[in-house]
Amino acid sequence: MDGYRLTGHYRRRKVENFLAQGLMVLAAVLSVGVLFAVLGFVFVQGVSGLDLNLLTQTPRPPGEPGGGMANAIAGTVILVTLACVFSLPVGIGAGIYLAEYGRSGGLAQLIRFMADVLTGVPSIVVGLFVYAVLVLPLGHFSGLAGSFALGVIMLPTVVRATEEMLRQVPDAIREAGLALGLERWKVTLRIVLPTAFNGVLTGILLAVARAAGETAPLLFTAFGNRFWNLDPTQPMAALPLQIFVYAISPYDDWHRQAWAGALLLVALVLAVSLVARLAGRNTPAGS
Amino acid sequence: MAVPGITRRPITKSQLADGLFGLLVGLLGLGVLGLAVAIGINLASGAGPALGRFGPVFFSRSVWDPVREEFGALPFIYGTLATSFLALLLGAPVALATAVFLAELAPRWLRGPVSYLVELLAAIPSVVYGLWGLFVLAPLLRAAIEPALGGWLGSVPLFQGPFYGVGIFTGGIILAIMVIPTIAAVSRDVIRAVPADQREAMLALGATRWETIRLAVLPAARSGIIGAVLLGLGRALGETMAVTMVIGNRPEIPASIFAPGYTMAAVIANEFTEATSDLHLSALFGIGLGLFLLTLLVNILARLLVWRVAWGPVGGE
Repeated sequence: MDGYRLTGHYRRRKVENFLAQGLMVLAAVLSVGVLFAVLGFVFVQGVSGLDLNLLTQTPRPPGEPGGGMANAIAGTVILVTLACVFSLPVGIGAGIYLAEYGRSGGLAQLIRFMADVLTGVPSIVVGLFVYAVLVLPLGHFSGLAGSFALGVIMLPTVVRATEEMLRQVPDAIREAGLALGLERWKVTLRIVLPTAFNGVLTGILLAVARAAGETAPLLFTAFGNRFWNLDPTQPMAALPLQIFVYAISPYDDWHRQAWAGALLLVALVLAVSLVARLAGRNTPAGS
Repeated sequence: MAVPGITRRPITKSQLADGLFGLLVGLLGLGVLGLAVAIGINLASGAGPALGRFGPVFFSRSVWDPVREEFGALPFIYGTLATSFLALLLGAPVALATAVFLAELAPRWLRGPVSYLVELLAAIPSVVYGLWGLFVLAPLLRAAIEPALGGWLGSVPLFQGPFYGVGIFTGGIILAIMVIPTIAAVSRDVIRAVPADQREAMLALGATRWETIRLAVLPAARSGIIGAVLLGLGRALGETMAVTMVIGNRPEIPASIFAPGYTMAAVIANEFTEATSDLHLSALFGIGLGLFLLTLLVNILARLLVWRVAWGPVGGE
């Protein structure tokens, strides 16, 4: 074996091992580096445009400097809130069905599979769908249509998160409830769901973070609005939508505001995902 | 259950409530199924007029002229496939290597933080990627990287022509960044699902870490990794805003990857609210239907592969 140690074959294997591991470390550094490159630029470019006007003013006419994104910030809050109203009851209900009733039955498997597949439907396609079912029949763009589109995007995440978290609740807890004479629905709503609450909350918050940053499904549903509007039956502004419009405009001042808006949006999305992480850490089933 | 002397009691209020609750959540579950079907039906009916007018050739015609009402989806299909292919070519190796690093090489204390950072890439909204692509990446590509590549590989038509900064190449790079978190996270999970025995057996034979990864770990996780890459492909195919902002928006099939192009998602995003006629609108629905079916196919394949690894007997091929 001592002779083997000195052969070129052994040395080649060692070098190959070293190089391959080095490349993998490099890849990880690159992945994280890209993140910092994007976030860094958003921060540096965005901070200079961040002022009180951005938060309190509505947009000025094209080309006229000044103005802000107050309407878009309010719009995003309203759109995401309404999207929760649409998606949470259905999503949590469907999740309960999958975890507590359907379990490994054929129908449950099919629903589970379709929920996973729905996650992959492009958001622009969801926009087309909502245009066909809400905008065309109502005759105009509206915040309602926009929030419905966001709700459709949130739904599969909420369904799967609810199901997975409920499944992690031990059956002994269910049996204890049933043995006390509680009905199954009460066991589900009063015992199982509260036990899994933090985990479900994590899933919901991650869905909210995704929905808040979506632009494509709002283009022809909420449409955007240059004016202050809190009425969801009217076209409504949204932060990502306004960033898009400003970014592709030819005005420097709008570019500056687009960066500042992007900083706001990224901060919002990252804050929500961070809260989601913290909520997830406290699940009995988690960690 | 038929105990003599005890008659069956009528259905009580609580039994009724239980039944109703079960029915309710069952219906909500069916709602998810119904939603998927409704999306398909509405897209198909929206696309009806355009597909009726042009037939299946709609997807292989390369003319796009809203003024003369001549529509064909080929330039957009080409743009979508070209940018997505580039994204996988550039992004998948990086993502896979990152996944192997996270699952096999990284010290325990580093795994959590790095995993979190890589997953953060998925949390950044696509419009922010678009903004970054338009104002940071595109100028950099135009000034430095495209001329360098053009000088080096200029004899190949794919790398010829003027450097715009926006185009197929830029779209592909942005998408490569966006598919990294998807591919890395799923691959990391399937690699971790490979039993430790496999590694130990390999190491006991005197293999290096890289040989263990290459010969024992990756083959066992193969179908899951392919699934992960397909999930990334699904994301790339359907990505809208970031690509719309850097693709250049020209409905042509360019010979060079540096030239502007167009993707299926981008043309819908740009032209839908400004569609000049019902046929134009319907043609955009047709492109949406094509995109829907394409991503559906890719996602179904991906899910089947990932499910097989996650639920099936691992490494038992």
